[in-house]
Amino acid sequence: MSGEKDLDQLKKEAAAKAKAAALAKMKAKEQGEAQEESQSEDLDIAKQKAAAAAKAKAAALAKMKAKEQADAQEEGVPEDLDAAKQKAAAAAKAKAAALAKMKAKEQADAKEEGVPEDLDAAKQKAAAAAKAKAAALAKMKAKEQADAKEEGAPEDLDAAKQKAAAAAKAKAAAAAKAKAAALAKQAGGAGDDEKAKAIAAAKAKAAAAAKAKAAANAGGGAGDDAKAKAIAAAKAKAAAAAAAKAKAGGGSAKADPVEEKPSPNQPYLDKYMKVIEEHLGKDLIEDSYINRLSKDVPTIIAKPESYFKMAEFLKYNEQLGFDYLSELHGSDFETHMEVYVHLYSFKNSQSVALKVKLDRDEPVIDSLEPLWAGANWPECEAYDLLGIKFTNHPNLHRIMLGEDWVGHPLRKDYEPYDVEV
Amino acid sequence: MLRTEEMLLNVGPQHPSTHGVFRLVLKIDGETIVEAKPVIGYLHRGTEKLAEDLQYTQIIPYTDRMDYVSAMTNNYVICHAVETMMDIQVPERAEYLRVIAMELGRVASHLVWFGTFLLDLGATSPLLYAFRERESIINLLNELSGARLTFNYMRVGGVKWDAPEGWVDKVREFVPYMREQLKGYHSLVTGNEIFTNRVIGVGTYTKEDALNYSLSGANLRCTGVKWDLRKDEPYSIYDRFDFDVPVRETGDAWARYHVRLDEIEESLKILEQACEQFPAEGAILAKVPKIIKAPKGEAFVRIESPRGEIGCYIASDGKKEPYRLKFRRPSFYNLQILPKLLEGETISNLISILGAVDIILGEVDG
Repeated sequence: MSGEKDLDQLKKEAAAKAKAAALAKMKAKEQGEAQEESQSEDLDIAKQKAAAAAKAKAAALAKMKAKEQADAQEEGVPEDLDAAKQKAAAAAKAKAAALAKMKAKEQADAKEEGVPEDLDAAKQKAAAAAKAKAAALAKMKAKEQADAKEEGAPEDLDAAKQKAAAAAKAKAAAAAKAKAAALAKQAGGAGDDEKAKAIAAAKAKAAAAAKAKAAANAGGGAGDDAKAKAIAAAKAKAAAAAAAKAKAGGGSAKADPVEEKPSPNQPYLDKYMKVIEEHLGKDLIEDSYINRLSKDVPTIIAKPESYFKMAEFLKYNEQLGFDYLSELHGSDFETHMEVYVHLYSFKNSQSVALKVKLDRDEPVIDSLEPLWAGANWPECEAYDLLGIKFTNHPNLHRIMLGEDWVGHPLRKDYEPYDVEV
Repeated sequence: MLRTEEMLLNVGPQHPSTHGVFRLVLKIDGETIVEAKPVIGYLHRGTEKLAEDLQYTQIIPYTDRMDYVSAMTNNYVICHAVETMMDIQVPERAEYLRVIAMELGRVASHLVWFGTFLLDLGATSPLLYAFRERESIINLLNELSGARLTFNYMRVGGVKWDAPEGWVDKVREFVPYMREQLKGYHSLVTGNEIFTNRVIGVGTYTKEDALNYSLSGANLRCTGVKWDLRKDEPYSIYDRFDFDVPVRETGDAWARYHVRLDEIEESLKILEQACEQFPAEGAILAKVPKIIKAPKGEAFVRIESPRGEIGCYIASDGKKEPYRLKFRRPSFYNLQILPKLLEGETISNLISILGAVDIILGEVDG
């Protein structure tokens, strides 16, 4: 009966750990309530909390294992355990379940054949991340190759010829269609312009693909046929798309950056970056770009440690003057957490999006409440639904769900907690 | 002077003048409010979480239930966000139908506010008048969309239903009728001394406060900030209409009352012009794919709802469901200033101050 013995032992261990975690958490909370403002104390609390979380996680893992071994045996929490213990255990369970679910999802996404279940969480996570990275890399490479558009690959003479012919035909077709669209545009309103172009581009693409296919069918031998067809079709498509794109200008939001017209907001972004670099230095910014999908809004990604400083600067700098906080929310992107802030300057009639990427396991960031009182509730909402902690917030609480809620629903690994389950 | 003791007074969540399930925990000293703590979330339905498993078209009915007094603007904001991401050009006729529907909705929304605000202050008859006019708007929107309040009318790329025969003429006839009624409102309410005593100088805040608290809509314009997204960041076809943005300088409930009533007049102007320019025929839906997939990336758009700036943030991973959807809900932001306004006020002013903010709890709680 070593199994049972193990089970009991594991249970005991798990309970002890959960207790320790709960105690540590309580302690951390007490310290937090003491409202020590100094930075070092805050750090201590954060550390302790992290330790407590880690312990709870470990406990959850152990418990899960125990549960598996116990098979169908129902596992009641001993009645003599106090409330804190129960809560901690339940929370740990929910977390573990969520973790398991996330893992399962990741595996399904990567079309994996089934990683052994007894592998520990860290390993699986790392593997999944590595795989995702590899996939992304492969994708990028494929895209690069497609973008390179090398005419006349010397693999197959037939294929090359066909390709060239198809590309030329496709180009001609696309150009004709685009011209027609341009003519139509002159007749119609300016609003129809881009739509017509887009349609023309799509049509040209289709025509080019069809032509290339036909050419390949006519010319190729039995062996080369399929390959030639595929290559020709791909090249023709690319060529047609490129031609259409060139004609359409900024018609498509996802166009190549090389062929895209610069955004009308690019000068604004350049100006912001210049002012920021002059006053704060370069190393505060992680990235900056124009978000073409979002009405060309200049977007700045700040580093977490400089996020507050950046927001303060954006608000008070005379040249920038972003005095209005239009929106603040968080998002869980699985690889990281993100806080999105949309600011507006009444003086310059300009918007800017300020973003910051946070560590997903411990999302902590400065509150913007001292700068804009309007950030108060949105930050509470982000805390409630995503678990992002805002330091220096005057009253960070669960604004929507209530203080007894377990978990943060908008996190992608959220598992509803139910006492009955 | 009488010695008094601090006590807690709970208002709501079912108090009739809280317009839904809004709760307010007051710490009072005699008649004076020492501290006010709003408690919200009773109507939180997790729309944003639900939306992560829904296709874009399926999300639209959920937006109807957010700001249920002005569902058309909510319909529009999500369609507009997806259209912005997909770079879809909406047909002319659809744009006009949208604008007419939204402006009718704005008038209806302000009428509801007008009626209920005065009801809160003890005047029962304005509610009956306001709801009579609102009923004719709802009938118009019902003819258009088949629903009285939860319209589910707009689609990505246009609208679901074309206007029935003679509908635009009915809207055209409604405009002068409404103008006439508005005069009646002014002579019934605006000059009333009991009313003015309860709103002039009540719930006052400055322009700086308004900006600091991210207020928008009439709550911002009552402090002299001339800011209306229809004018300043024109979306849809609003740049084609000639209308004004009403502002007041005093920042009290009285100013907010005037801004809203003036906005009804401006909306009527827009309706008049839109009916005039309404294209005789044309498509009501752009050519959009059967399954709508927003491109990978993120977008945030904002438009002017009757309550202020309503925004929609979409993060997409290229699938048919949004990866993350977030609404910037104006009532949620506007309500934040309430504790500050109530501090030091008397209880008798509480309802007037709360009412003048114009909140919809479906929107506050999301």
